[in-house]
Amino acid sequence: MKAKVHVMLKQGVLDPQGEAVRHALAALGFQGVGGVRQGKVIELDLAETDAKRAETQVRAMCEKLLANTVIESYAIELA
Amino acid sequence: MKAAVIVFPGSNCDRDLAVALRAAGADVTMVWHKDAVLPDRVDLVAVPGGFSFGDYLRCGAIAAQSPVCQGLVAHARRGGYVLGVCNGFQVLAETGLLPGALMRNAGLKFVCRPVELQVTTTDSAFTQAYRPGQRITVPIAHHDGNYFVDAPTLERLRGEDRIAFTYCDNPNGSVADIAGILSDNRRVLGMMPHPERAVDPAHGGTDGVPMFAGLMAQLVGA
Repeated sequence: MKAKVHVMLKQGVLDPQGEAVRHALAALGFQGVGGVRQGKVIELDLAETDAKRAETQVRAMCEKLLANTVIESYAIELA
Repeated sequence: MKAAVIVFPGSNCDRDLAVALRAAGADVTMVWHKDAVLPDRVDLVAVPGGFSFGDYLRCGAIAAQSPVCQGLVAHARRGGYVLGVCNGFQVLAETGLLPGALMRNAGLKFVCRPVELQVTTTDSAFTQAYRPGQRITVPIAHHDGNYFVDAPTLERLRGEDRIAFTYCDNPNGSVADIAGILSDNRRVLGMMPHPERAVDPAHGGTDGVPMFAGLMAQLVGA
């Protein structure tokens, strides 16, 4: 099955890249963008077919490598 | 003093570190990242600056999972000395040997220039040859040196006198102007500035020399 991991800076951690994007959008004339947060998406192709086991597996990957939980949070999507 | 300098694909300050350590009198061995075992009876393991594994995923994240880092963590847990400079600091943070994380510079730019640092504690082998509060000039060269740590951990670092260096004029947005921190046993130092680039008058300054001299004094014959 496939898994998609969304990694974002935690709320409360300043995201200077998101801020730069917000300023650039305003400069282009896009009005009303209150905030921008930038993160990353990691797609995984898994041999595992059981959703529960897959999620446990991906969670371990996130904790060990894919996210740095000091500054980042993650969300897992399975399909 | 027996020192090992770790070399990752993408390290670019490994030889500078070796030169600085040898100039201080250390016996230096270079260790490739795939070697799971460090040289016998090594006193100090140095993790150099650079762009290990192209900084993919996060700076230092892939390097922190490499075979040699298991040996590095075991060395630190045994009470061995570890120095991580720049990318090396990022690697140490990713292994969990040091608290916190290094994020993208607040100004989003790669900053490459000499900066003034304050020696915040002299209670470590790395900083004992400096005077308390001494101001030194050491180059920085990084894109991700914005040190972040949560408030309770920052309080602990302060309370335990583990902030080794602070920036006099914060170049990257680091919490509490932190440029370098020590582990709880004071034998692991991670810092973004490059002391190994300030050991020869031809570098424009020699303020890095006391760090290597201090290590040498601590570890000679050890």
